[in-house]
Amino acid sequence: MSARLPSGGSIIDRETLVSFTFNGKTFKGYKGDTLASALLANGQTLVGRSFKYHRPRGIMASGVEEPNALVNMGQGSRFEPNQRATTTEVFDGLTATSQNHWPSLEFDIGAINNKVPGLLPAGFYYKTFMKPQWAWKHLFEPLIRKSAGLGNAPREADADRYEYFYVYVDVLIVGGGMAGLAAAHEAGASGAKVLLMEQTANLGGRLAVDEAVINGKPSADWIAQIIADLEAMKNVTIRTRMMGSGVFDHGYAMGYERITDHAPNDTAPRHRLWRIRAKRIVTATGALERPLSFAGNDIPGVMLASAVRDYASLFGVSAGERIVVVTNNDDAYRTAITMKNAGLEVPVILDARAQANGPLPTEARALGIRVEVGKAIASVKGYKSVTAVEICSQAGEGTPLETIPCDVVAMSGGWSPVVHLWSHCGGKLNWDEGNAMFSPDPTRPPLGADGTGFVLTAGTASGDLCTAPALQNALNAGRQAATEAGFSPVESAAPVVVASAEDPMMPVWSMPQNAPYKLRSKSWLDFQNDVKVSDVRLAAQEGYESVEHTKRYTTLGMATDQGKLSNINGLAILADALNAPIPNVGTTTFRPPYTPISLGSIAGEARGALFKPTRKSPIDAWQDANNAIWEPVADWRRPYTYRRNGETTAQAVTREIINTRTGVSILDASTLGKILVKGPDAAKFLDLVYTNMMSTLKIGKCRYGLMCTENGFLFDDGVVARLSEDEFLCHTTSGGSDHVYAWMEEWLQTEWWDFQVYTTNVTEQFAQIAIVGPNARKVLEKLGGMDVSSEALPFMGFSDGELAGIQARPFRISFSGELSFEIAIPAAQGQAFWDRVLEAGEAFGIMPYGTEALHVMRAEKGFIMIGDETDGTVIPQDLKLGWAVSKKKADFIGKRAMEREFLQREDRKQLVGLLTENPTDILPDGAHAVEGGKNRYGQENMIGHVTSTYFSPTLNHSIAMALIKGGNKRMGEVLTFPLGDKVIKATVVDPVFYDKAGERQNV
Amino acid sequence: MSNAVSILNGASSNGAVKITEAGLRGMITLRGDLSSAQLITAVSAAVGLGIPAQRKVNHGPMGGVAWMSPDELLLLVDYDKAAAITADISGALTGEHHMAVNVSDARAVFAIKGVGGREVLAKGAPVDLSPEAFGIGDIRRTRIGQLAAAFWMTDDETFELVCFRSVGAFMFDWLTNAAREGSLPEYL
Repeated sequence: MSARLPSGGSIIDRETLVSFTFNGKTFKGYKGDTLASALLANGQTLVGRSFKYHRPRGIMASGVEEPNALVNMGQGSRFEPNQRATTTEVFDGLTATSQNHWPSLEFDIGAINNKVPGLLPAGFYYKTFMKPQWAWKHLFEPLIRKSAGLGNAPREADADRYEYFYVYVDVLIVGGGMAGLAAAHEAGASGAKVLLMEQTANLGGRLAVDEAVINGKPSADWIAQIIADLEAMKNVTIRTRMMGSGVFDHGYAMGYERITDHAPNDTAPRHRLWRIRAKRIVTATGALERPLSFAGNDIPGVMLASAVRDYASLFGVSAGERIVVVTNNDDAYRTAITMKNAGLEVPVILDARAQANGPLPTEARALGIRVEVGKAIASVKGYKSVTAVEICSQAGEGTPLETIPCDVVAMSGGWSPVVHLWSHCGGKLNWDEGNAMFSPDPTRPPLGADGTGFVLTAGTASGDLCTAPALQNALNAGRQAATEAGFSPVESAAPVVVASAEDPMMPVWSMPQNAPYKLRSKSWLDFQNDVKVSDVRLAAQEGYESVEHTKRYTTLGMATDQGKLSNINGLAILADALNAPIPNVGTTTFRPPYTPISLGSIAGEARGALFKPTRKSPIDAWQDANNAIWEPVADWRRPYTYRRNGETTAQAVTREIINTRTGVSILDASTLGKILVKGPDAAKFLDLVYTNMMSTLKIGKCRYGLMCTENGFLFDDGVVARLSEDEFLCHTTSGGSDHVYAWMEEWLQTEWWDFQVYTTNVTEQFAQIAIVGPNARKVLEKLGGMDVSSEALPFMGFSDGELAGIQARPFRISFSGELSFEIAIPAAQGQAFWDRVLEAGEAFGIMPYGTEALHVMRAEKGFIMIGDETDGTVIPQDLKLGWAVSKKKADFIGKRAMEREFLQREDRKQLVGLLTENPTDILPDGAHAVEGGKNRYGQENMIGHVTSTYFSPTLNHSIAMALIKGGNKRMGEVLTFPLGDKVIKATVVDPVFYDKAGERQNV
Repeated sequence: MSNAVSILNGASSNGAVKITEAGLRGMITLRGDLSSAQLITAVSAAVGLGIPAQRKVNHGPMGGVAWMSPDELLLLVDYDKAAAITADISGALTGEHHMAVNVSDARAVFAIKGVGGREVLAKGAPVDLSPEAFGIGDIRRTRIGQLAAAFWMTDDETFELVCFRSVGAFMFDWLTNAAREGSLPEYL
């Protein structure tokens, strides 16, 4: 049974006890413990169940590579599933529960999957799609959904806050072990601005466990000294609990800082996502130990050899009492030596190699540990915990030679450098035959904007697994990074390292070498997703040759650990099954993030009220205080209508329309886009941008204009006013101002750069307030100021002056068909002017109206709306706007396209008005008209759809506009709109329903 | 123009740094040939300053002038004088292709005061805000979170930031959130 050792534990504070719960049971740990070390210290070796077979799972590793020990963390608004016990620091009050089982961790019904042979083979998920057809929907999908899955989804909104932080450095170093510290020291000494980040709370990495003597000092002293040196450098920053989670183009890296995970509070943000630009990135990310593939290697108690000694050295925790070590290399002997020295039993070291005579095996034998060479594990005994191992010859098929009782199996299949960050942006790898691992190829780094490599590796991450060469490699990397970032580092003396030499390892992908199916089907590769050696072999047998396909078919490496333990072993098995060399099979793609990061950190501060900016007009506060029913219009919010006491929204809209048609109303049109265009070539430019002629527009006059894309499709419209010979003010739609402004600038900067034209977007400089209705002029006259008579200010004219003592520019333009003045006011005085108008209009019954009344009134007049009547495939001619497309101009954007046969066809969908047979039937927006007969798919022939539809209080009749095939020739036809349970019939009419002569606006 | 109001009427918040809506400011967009003698003279007459270099801003007793693009400046003047100065500039540049526009009402201005100001902005702007890289006289047109903005420093502990008026309230909320007590990274 696992337990706390009476002494030891370099990173725990035995003076400070913390209390936490796991599955409701209270445990004690020490400050500095991870949840994993604290659980082991309390004898809790069973921590979860596996994904497919619901097999018991225990802690296997001591860091980010942990596949099994995932827990539901926290409660309520701080609940989060799938948190790694090995990277979670314990704190007082931590609550965690195990995952993926029902009804309990100890007894899980889902484990039946494990008892029925062949129930969930490789590719089972895809196989369930095949047949019978009904089975996926009714049988497999519900079953899989019930049994699969990891932690629970949170039920409450996240109580924590998150943020981004942008920084710029010369050299970014990822990893705070020996190599990272050494590289930071060299780069820092050159004067470069250095940021070093370490994902755990502690610096030193493996050197803190696997000690050596460096420059005559024990490694602990060397670590303390170099940290002190770095802290003294003003240009060097060390951040712990911060993971280098991704490397992207041009020296861009992402750092994931966990600020309060170890001490939750309401003050600081929980996670901070650092977005870092670095001239050079040094990945000192170390290496991860590989498991061995033998039968029963997933039973709780089977652990990585390095993890077993990590728990002893760092946390003072023994993973068990009798530890069998199984290895293919010398490094794992360190575990045997550590555990033996801690007073625990090490009954045997099983070494798959034919001999083991290096310094570490010699030291182990000297301690009295039995070493068996050429031996392997035939199978592990036990279910919820290890009880014994059966040993066999590695060269054979697994005939048991001896059973050795034990409660821990410490395994080592060799080490793999952590190449993820090197590879994220395209760094290439070489296969290292001697160490059976992929390591970075320094001649093929990820390339930056200048074509040079911007990522370097340092230490074991470079593939130098022994301390002395790793340290030298790291010092070189630090200096090289500084040099490439423009600094001049001074080469320091080569370090003198005394560490145990190691003999070569021997690749072991299957244990024993010729393991039969019975053993292979119990030999796990991917512990989290339950992928076994037999599954990869089955995939190869079924024709999967690419490692990427095999990954997806078997789900190898697709769990939350992204195959940190399983990838190399899995592809070696695949290579063997395909009889191909391992480098030819290749690796799957390494993608950021290195380990999962919180969704909160990705969202940053953009949630709740800060989720998305809302643009507000200068009249917004008044509107909000006066019962505006808001609707989003592009990024703006605008009043849909203003409800009065007891009114429904529809009643309010009707009131606003009738008041406008019969009296006078006020509209906030400030959101309208306004772009100033000025210069000697301004008229020429606008003639090209608009479909109609703008150069003939007289100063002081307005003209409605259309803008099309190069393909001839209408994308924006608005009124253009000519301010002077060389200056125009172009109004755009509310949603289109930024796009139209960018569109104009793009043409000016990339195509017509020889034009003398400047533009400025002045949308927000002005509040635009429309006074609309038969009594509009009376209100303006009462405001006092400039002459607003029809002689001084005729329809489609504008002038500058003052109204109510405020600088004003009224435009005689109308989107309602009524007498209308749209008055531009400096935005800061918009509210003041609005207030004056309401006062002056009180005697005339003035009231504000919203966007829905605006929409109904424009539809009554047959005015189109960009986005309703247009959808990116509509040309002006389709909308009876051919009159606004110049036939005289030599060119304009879209002209060539409009000459294409398809855009000239007479049976294009064209704008029509519709009157329903029953005046109170309102067609749904988007309703389709059909014309009898079926198309080749057996569907009814569709001839068009409704684009705008309202009930018109003015006409006391429902009205609609539609785009109908050959609509121009269908006047008077009755169209059929099937609507599921009923059919509405409507007659095609002129889309101008009201005041066809336009007499009301021109007074 | 006594009835002219800024977007938040001078609202302020106190966190790790102080955020204040700084009221109405005269701003003039001036587009033209920045090397033209006529334009240089007009700018000097308006704000008493020379043309700033790329990504720089000049300040003086009469106001400021900021480099916005190779053919655009932003003049900072008293709000009440902006219309007249705009007319003066246009008059001075008669016959030369240019554009001078009073955009004072289109903007919101904020003061960010306190030693943590750099870090507050660095939470939202992809800009090197370290003291070595950004100081008095520098300006960046960039973004803060999702909003377009520009900022510069008026003293060692104070930034001024401008954005569009319609998003002034959102900007205030964003800055206030970023400036919460206890939330600064303490890196810059």
